[in-house]
Amino acid sequence: MSANCDIAFTLNGVKRELSVPAGMSALAMLRERLGLTGTKYGCGEGECGACTILVDGMSVNSCLLFAADCDGRDVVTIEGVVQSEAGERLRSAFVASGAVQCGFCTPGLMVQASHLIEQHPGADEAAIRRGIEGNLCRCTGYRKIVDAIASAAKPDPGQTPFSEGQP
Amino acid sequence: MNEPAKTWSVPDSLIGKRIPKMDAPDKASGRTRYIQDLEIPGALHGKILRSTRVHARILSIDTSAAKALAGVHAVITAADVPWQRPIGVGRDHLPLKADRVLSLRDEIAAVAADSEAIAEAALKLIRVVYEPLPVLATTIAASAPGAPRLHPDRPDNVAMTFDYAQGDLAQGEAESDVVVEDVFRLHYVTHCCMGVSGVIAEFDPSGNLLLYSNTQVPFLHKREFAELLGIDPGRIRIIQPPIGGGFGSKLDIYPFEPIAIFLAGITKRPVKLVFTREEEFIASPTRQPVLLKLRSGCRKDGTLTFRDVETVHDNGAYTSWGATTPFVMMQTISSLYRVPHCKYRTVAVYTNNPYAGSFRGYGNLQATFAVEAHMDKLAEAVGMDGLAFRLKNAQHPGEVTPQGMHFKSCGLKECLTTAAQRSDFLRKQAENRSRWNDPDPVKRGIGMASMLHVGGGAKIYPSDGCGTILKIDDFAHVTLITGASEIGQGSETVLAQLVCEELGLPMTAVTVVNNDTDITPWDVGVHASRTTFIAGNSAIGAARKAKRKILEAAAAKTGNRIDELGLAGGFITASSGEKLFELAKFLRSLHFSDKADLVMTSFYYEPPSRHQDKQFKGDVSAAYAWATQVCEIELDTETGIVRLLKVTGAHDVGRVLNRLGIEGQIEGGIVMGQGYALTEDLRVEAGVIRNPNFRDYKLVTAPEIPEMDISFIETMDGEGPQGAKGVGEAPAICIAAAVANAIHNATGTRITALPFAPENVYRALHGASEPPVWNAA
Ligand code: FES
Ligand code: FES
Repeated sequence: MSANCDIAFTLNGVKRELSVPAGMSALAMLRERLGLTGTKYGCGEGECGACTILVDGMSVNSCLLFAADCDGRDVVTIEGVVQSEAGERLRSAFVASGAVQCGFCTPGLMVQASHLIEQHPGADEAAIRRGIEGNLCRCTGYRKIVDAIASAAKPDPGQTPFSEGQP
Repeated sequence: MNEPAKTWSVPDSLIGKRIPKMDAPDKASGRTRYIQDLEIPGALHGKILRSTRVHARILSIDTSAAKALAGVHAVITAADVPWQRPIGVGRDHLPLKADRVLSLRDEIAAVAADSEAIAEAALKLIRVVYEPLPVLATTIAASAPGAPRLHPDRPDNVAMTFDYAQGDLAQGEAESDVVVEDVFRLHYVTHCCMGVSGVIAEFDPSGNLLLYSNTQVPFLHKREFAELLGIDPGRIRIIQPPIGGGFGSKLDIYPFEPIAIFLAGITKRPVKLVFTREEEFIASPTRQPVLLKLRSGCRKDGTLTFRDVETVHDNGAYTSWGATTPFVMMQTISSLYRVPHCKYRTVAVYTNNPYAGSFRGYGNLQATFAVEAHMDKLAEAVGMDGLAFRLKNAQHPGEVTPQGMHFKSCGLKECLTTAAQRSDFLRKQAENRSRWNDPDPVKRGIGMASMLHVGGGAKIYPSDGCGTILKIDDFAHVTLITGASEIGQGSETVLAQLVCEELGLPMTAVTVVNNDTDITPWDVGVHASRTTFIAGNSAIGAARKAKRKILEAAAAKTGNRIDELGLAGGFITASSGEKLFELAKFLRSLHFSDKADLVMTSFYYEPPSRHQDKQFKGDVSAAYAWATQVCEIELDTETGIVRLLKVTGAHDVGRVLNRLGIEGQIEGGIVMGQGYALTEDLRVEAGVIRNPNFRDYKLVTAPEIPEMDISFIETMDGEGPQGAKGVGEAPAICIAAAVANAIHNATGTRITALPFAPENVYRALHGASEPPVWNAA
């Protein structure tokens, strides 16, 4: 078995210190060591985006990142994203827009969308579509995901995100 | 204590509104625990050793080194479970293969270890010696005289056949002014559920089995697992954690499930077995590849006269549901349009390829692809436009087809005209044609296709029913216990909505329990677009019983007749709208009285459809869904790249229940159909899957989706819950057929083989490929 690395990093705003095998992915560390199962395994090869996390503000496929390379960094997962006000708005928009079906792709898309909105606050439809190009969804056909991100990017202060039974 | 009155403001009706999915907040927060996320204390990790040969005899398996590895609890082969029995629809394969492998996915051995890494390391230590056997890579090779038998009891390698006939083919042909014939080839695709397959198996000390499973048919599987283990089905409990996509892939038993059960039994520990993505590509089912010969005719006035169809399905090494899809294909052939004379013969042939399962649409994508190509071709031959030709032959409401399908509601004509008008079909079609010879290499095309699919269940098992248990507690909170599983499609929400509609309660007043066979009542499973229709009627039945019980008790108190009372906004109300009792208080008073009682009801709904006879005549579904989709494309003749620009769809859904949910089903189905038409292609060469990853198996991504204009045709089906019909499969069915017609409209070339990948399109346009030929043995 491989040697272990001692690492220290910030995870969703909390300092963590941990010893991880050199070959372990950040995805495996989050899911298996830290119990943060919101980050999903969809392919393990950087092709589906289900495992998207933020590392120093950049969106990254955690399946391709070594856990050891989290050392000294600021890591945010879906569990952290939804704690922020922007993440909360995004979540309401995903729910109200019908952007969630089986939901397996959703955490990765939420993380990617939060990154997209932060980097490009006024992103238009084409930019949003390009921005989530690396996230596969087999259920929704993406239309409602794009709508959700667009509505979260431009909150209309006069409207609550959704009210039940709204036509 | 003075409680505040529990009142809600509930809109007059929830039907047709945009209701967010109940499970969406958890899913969007990363809180939902899928099977991959479940950690059972003490669980071992299972892994499967698969064949490295496509077709071979197993001479020996040496597991000694694997067994010696630290952290390995069990290594098993067929020899360790001599009592195992064949599984699957065809009962034609053992979970662990004993002496021969018939495909590259075949399971030879399995390991249970302390971690996945150890299990994987152990697999590498297992030595298998094979003696290669000839590979039957095509249906032609498998049907050739003298081909080796893949299953001893099938001398001709035929897995299944279907024959259907109506009218008199010779007469139909004699009456035809025009006859056309083509051969179509439909390729391999696979489900690509974002959540890979997995299972957790655990026995208690008394030998009761607890299975965490992603199955779409828990009650059928209970019986099958019981048969496999030789135990009473009552000792098996199946819990279904939320599932990362189904689309038909989880309708059969696959070897990994019994293997996990074997490992759990042998180690006496819980065993969790989850696929890798590569394994998912290799060892989960596919849509069935089909070679289809279609001959059809019509009169000069455009009346269809006959259809003659032969198909060969590549069944793969074993028989799963894919072999039975001709059952659905023949409905499209006989009854999508009115055609008096039909003949349909099909054979599914065993090969050494991956085996085909059920996949959203269930053969209908393939049948529609062929039938709709000929609708265009015949129309052109008699000088009619494709819309007028289809309208002339479209089914009417009330029609009983020669196959015996009764279309109590049928909006096909409205679907056709709505989709054509909204897409400006006729004008664009003419304009695109006029540009065939202009110098711009980038062409535009528009094409249409329609579909017919079961929309009111499908009676393929002895029962097509679903049970509901409904209780209303002291706080007017409803627990809806339904047999119907949620697989992401939104059934949980729509069922809650139907119950709220009856009881005058808001969505927040309902909890749905739908994932535990020890609790939920019988249901036949999620398939055939049946859940909203069947489980919906069942839920409404239970809610109406509860309502009646409440109103009877209220009437006894007030002296009103019960038809003068209602439920609204959390109150029992008079016909004037006056609030008589707060519902929660009234319910409490019911069981704190001398005639103590609870409000708890059950209902079982079995649709009024019947089994078909042996000739496949009869009405399998209580209702049928219809749709027309118009696809607009841009095609670059210099690269062969086809872009899907816009889909205009008109769907006869009976009635819209949850607008947000139904839009999601349709948009997702359209994009899945787009993948089938344009990008997805599981490359199987000599039994080997060449592209078992998302880099080389291309799913549609967000920038590529078309503009979608969707109209709902509400025909208010008399049997449907609030008038609704099933919709789950419909939207994926027409896209490839409509794109094929659009390619013809753009270029004048008709391509009869899928997918329309750039290379295939380029070759077809530039005369560098041959159309498929009929070479079935
Ligand atoms: S799991 Fe990381 S990109 Fe798919
Ligand atoms: S919601 Fe199922 S994969 Fe996106």
